[in-house]
Amino acid sequence: MKKEIKSSVPADSEIVLGILNDSKDVLNRLYVSYFPMVLQLILNNNGNEDDAKDIFQESVIVLYNKVKSGNFELNSKLKTFIYSVCRRLWLKRLNAQSRTVRNVEDFSEFIPVEEDLESHEEKDRQFELMEYALRQLGEPCKTIIEDYYIHNRSMQEISDKFGYTNADNAKTQKYKCLQRLKKLFFQT
Amino acid sequence: MNSDIELLSQIDAYLRGELSASEMVDFEKRRLSDSDFDLKVVEHSNTVLQLSEYAKRLKLTSEMNAIHESLDIQALREEVAPEAPLVRRLWKKYRINTAIAASVALIAVAGTLLSTGYFSKTISTNVSLMRREINSIKRSQNALIKDIKDKPSHGPADPGQFGGTGFALSSNGYVVTNYHVIQGADSVYVQNSEGEAFKVKMIYIDPAYDLAVLQINDPEFKNLGTLPYTFKKSPSDVGEDVFTIGFPRDEQVYGKGYVSSRNGYAGDTVAYQVSIPVNPGNSGGPLLDNRGNVIGIINGKQALADGAAFAIKSTYILKSIEAIPQDSLDDKLVLNKRNSLSGLSRKDQFKKLEPYIYMVKVY
Repeated sequence: MKKEIKSSVPADSEIVLGILNDSKDVLNRLYVSYFPMVLQLILNNNGNEDDAKDIFQESVIVLYNKVKSGNFELNSKLKTFIYSVCRRLWLKRLNAQSRTVRNVEDFSEFIPVEEDLESHEEKDRQFELMEYALRQLGEPCKTIIEDYYIHNRSMQEISDKFGYTNADNAKTQKYKCLQRLKKLFFQT
Repeated sequence: MNSDIELLSQIDAYLRGELSASEMVDFEKRRLSDSDFDLKVVEHSNTVLQLSEYAKRLKLTSEMNAIHESLDIQALREEVAPEAPLVRRLWKKYRINTAIAASVALIAVAGTLLSTGYFSKTISTNVSLMRREINSIKRSQNALIKDIKDKPSHGPADPGQFGGTGFALSSNGYVVTNYHVIQGADSVYVQNSEGEAFKVKMIYIDPAYDLAVLQINDPEFKNLGTLPYTFKKSPSDVGEDVFTIGFPRDEQVYGKGYVSSRNGYAGDTVAYQVSIPVNPGNSGGPLLDNRGNVIGIINGKQALADGAAFAIKSTYILKSIEAIPQDSLDDKLVLNKRNSLSGLSRKDQFKKLEPYIYMVKVY
């Protein structure tokens, strides 16, 4: 353990609350507070800034999923949780690149996070699958689906945007697109 | 097909909460009664959930990327980056330990020196004493060269200014003596026990070992015949009985003693310390053991000590001879290999040695 990173760290409960409320400010503070710690870990263990960015963002996603799934108990410091997740993810990546992993030089204590990562991996797979399915879907289906289900636009807006003569035509189009998406997503 | 589209629209509306209260009740009723319908609702809501998860993650990532862009990565990097070279890292880590260790070592050394009186005055007096000894040994060495001027003026006319002793290296007229005997000489003569003097020339000098090799180049000189003594190649032991013959005056004088130390003055490994009476003029005389091997050549004594004379070891005589380029010699310098003195009584040994020991006269 070497030098500790000093910065004003928001209280853990504050962050959890902020995550539940989708607070941008909390995300910002979380990022600013804990990214340097992860950067230090990665840089000191054969990684670069981009690796640190990837790993840290992945750990934040793990945290968000965990908090939002509702089974998040604050039984360790948030900092320790993030550090442990990043450490585990980085070790995994080093292994995948079959780089020789000597002992990781640690800068903080860490806890076992294997379970969290397992559920994260599952979610990660689904995310990638969805990404793939949407890409395969092609235009205009992709945009219609995204507009309706992601951006919560009304069918009227969509039919105006795409120049359908009436909302029913748009509905039909949306139906077809969704059937194809389901096929791609569930059958791959 | 159309019904499916309508169905989907209805489910979407349900999931978005766009249904009116009465429609909502109908919808719930239908879900309960029609399990097929219920399955479709669950299936579709699952798809929508996946889509929203995907959307949330995309949003989170893009937000984080925006934050990341706003960070000064370079500054952070400098703050946390590994201090690259290992040596510097180790130095940073251990420099305090190193400093403490160095201080302790320094204090220990200084303390030891202080407590053993290294800095006290006794040492400095020792040093000056030593210098005096060095001076005195110089003096004594000089003194061993007999100052012939001291001779009474009414005695036999002797034009030599200094004298020492030398002895034959080979039967054809090579003679060895001390360098300090012939140092600065204009011309050098050697005189045998019969009183015959021969002119010699300097063949080789070795100031480091205080040795000089001379060659008799006088037409009067006749070959000496086989030398009775040999030169000892191995070092002699302390306690070995030794004797020397020299010219402290105009006649050969025999002296007897023993090797008292393996090394000479102040640990000089070139010489032995010999407990033997020597006087000015003995310089360059051979030092022989009981069997008649030459083990050294007398070159000085310690002025303020009793019975501490010094003799250059015979191995250095041999080294000097080897150093003479044989090509430059008129006659070959061949050392005698056979000793004819061993087993003889000291009186007979002296008689046999007499013709080979010379007085060296320097002008």
